[in-house]
Amino acid sequence: MDQGAHLLVKRALAEVQPGETLRVDGSGPHWDVPLLAWCRQHGHAAETCSDHVLVTRGPFQQGRWAGAAQAGQASLDAVGALAERAPPVWGLAARGAQVEAGSPGFVFRLDEKTAVWAENAAALYRQALASQWDPETAIDWRQDFVLPEAVEDAVVQVMTYLVENENAALLVPARHLGQVHPHFREVMQLLAIQCADEARHVEVFTRRALLHRANPALSGAGGQASLRTLFDSPDFSTSALLLSVLGEGSFVNLLGFLQAHAPDPVTRQIARLVVRDEARHVAFGMSHLEYRLAREPGYRGALQAAIEQRYDELSTGAGLNEEVFDALVLLAAGGLQASELREGFAKVQLLKREMAQGRRMRLVRLGFEAERAGALAELHTRNFM
Amino acid sequence: MEDCTLVLGAVAYAPKVVTIWEGFKAFFVQHGLPFDYVLYSNYERQVEAQFAGNVAVAWNSPLAWVRARRIGAARGLEVQAVAMRDSDRDLRSVLAVRSGAGVATLDDLHGRRIGFGAVDSPQATLLPLDHLRRAGLVAGRDYAPRLFDVLGGKHGDHVGGERDAAQALVDGAVDAAWMIDGNYLAFSADGTLPAGATTILDRTAPFDHCNFTVSPGAPEAQVRSFTALLMEMRWDDPAVRPLLELEGLKQWLPGRTSGYTALERAATDEGFYDAAGRITARDYRY
Repeated sequence: MDQGAHLLVKRALAEVQPGETLRVDGSGPHWDVPLLAWCRQHGHAAETCSDHVLVTRGPFQQGRWAGAAQAGQASLDAVGALAERAPPVWGLAARGAQVEAGSPGFVFRLDEKTAVWAENAAALYRQALASQWDPETAIDWRQDFVLPEAVEDAVVQVMTYLVENENAALLVPARHLGQVHPHFREVMQLLAIQCADEARHVEVFTRRALLHRANPALSGAGGQASLRTLFDSPDFSTSALLLSVLGEGSFVNLLGFLQAHAPDPVTRQIARLVVRDEARHVAFGMSHLEYRLAREPGYRGALQAAIEQRYDELSTGAGLNEEVFDALVLLAAGGLQASELREGFAKVQLLKREMAQGRRMRLVRLGFEAERAGALAELHTRNFM
Repeated sequence: MEDCTLVLGAVAYAPKVVTIWEGFKAFFVQHGLPFDYVLYSNYERQVEAQFAGNVAVAWNSPLAWVRARRIGAARGLEVQAVAMRDSDRDLRSVLAVRSGAGVATLDDLHGRRIGFGAVDSPQATLLPLDHLRRAGLVAGRDYAPRLFDVLGGKHGDHVGGERDAAQALVDGAVDAAWMIDGNYLAFSADGTLPAGATTILDRTAPFDHCNFTVSPGAPEAQVRSFTALLMEMRWDDPAVRPLLELEGLKQWLPGRTSGYTALERAATDEGFYDAAGRITARDYRY
């Protein structure tokens, strides 16, 4: 019994009914004593009879699982796999497991399917797993290039701005992640890997900023005020709209812009890799909102109110800081000649139109009528995110 | 107005005791029995409180039962054991030795070092000393006893002494060590006793462990109600099961006092209590 023999007894006892008796033979000095103790602990009667022990199965193992409930179904393909609302007592149990009655209740604020679910959450998670990249090897940090001082400064300014936005993009889903009932495991996993994506983005933007400089550049109060409205937003779906659909959606345009106009190969590589992750985050935000709105069309009003409220909160601020805007113009211009700047300025204007256009299209896909979608797209923060 | 709350005494041998009795208190109150509990730091004070009228029932160790019975008898009073756990019946202590260390019989223990638990542990000290004495082996004369005296006054409920003795056996600091059969299993499961490293050389006769001891003069109706409610607790009730698991039982059984004979003898022969329940053990701190 001090080497695992109880498993043999346990398996044999499972074959007899409570109240029925099993004969156990053993050898070695006092071999029966630990068996008798084990039986006592498990509520089985036991009696030593010369060279063997008679064990009568007790009723308690069955009692433990009386009233146990199955926590949905493991496979999403199974009928009724997901509960509309996951009970607190399913807690951290694997979906589909038998949960003992009397398990402690856990408080998960996001325990309703409508509040978090997306039909393609599992597919997006698998896609995200397959698309992970290592900043160390995916980017050729040793490429030798020297930019004019003003252009390098512009790149560092844009990187500084990107880092603070990525900090928000990491921490906002992380704050919701801890509130998602694990019953909706695909969403939980997707959010976790989304956080990992953002952590990587923080790393690469920081490394690019520090490639030729000791520190990043300027962080404006207006930018941070804009991000703070996201950071403080308590609602998962509203965050999905403001952060993923509108903010990260606009970032997809911005990263495309950097891919096209960045003055050095490292920045272009970074933009190319990051944009793929961001597109996936936008896809999840869209899918979740489509799922929720299909079941709760009235929620569209709450989304509209969230956009308007954020606009009102930020209406007195500076929005995108001037340094970031100027840096983008300079990157698009490629030089400080008037003709170059004119062209750069026009490209940034085009970028902003494309961003608004993208936001409008996504809002239309979410069921907003075209004119309202256009107006709401224009209300989006000038900070882009 | 007369307070009809039944007050129970229990010894705080581990932090879980608070969880257990808070849970049971809620159960009793829910089922209509005004109930409260008082925690004592040791069984000696608890038994004395029974005779001072401070508690109506005490959740007593077997040694505390022996003392309560003797104090009662000396005063012409009879104490009663009303209930016990299913896991309190027919326990044994085992004497473990290192496999292949050349200790195959009790005779081989002459001149060796034997590890025991706390000085007041029925299962790891008093009953084993009695068992060896009856087999002709007297501590200090035939072998060198080594007490692993952890948390005096808890009557061995604290597992530390037995664990220390088991560890000393594995380390070679003693040649044999006593522990209750359940702890032999537990130490095997958690690796304190590595698989196959030890063998059981000997065992005590079966003995009984704790019981609910009713104090002299306790209100009978409330004690009856308390006992009936204990018997109503069901393992398959998910609200109660966690408490039963913490307390280490599947069901409460009526108390019996037939399993304390060896401990009565040991308490006298080893000089722990006198016939009137006075503590006679030297160097006993609690």
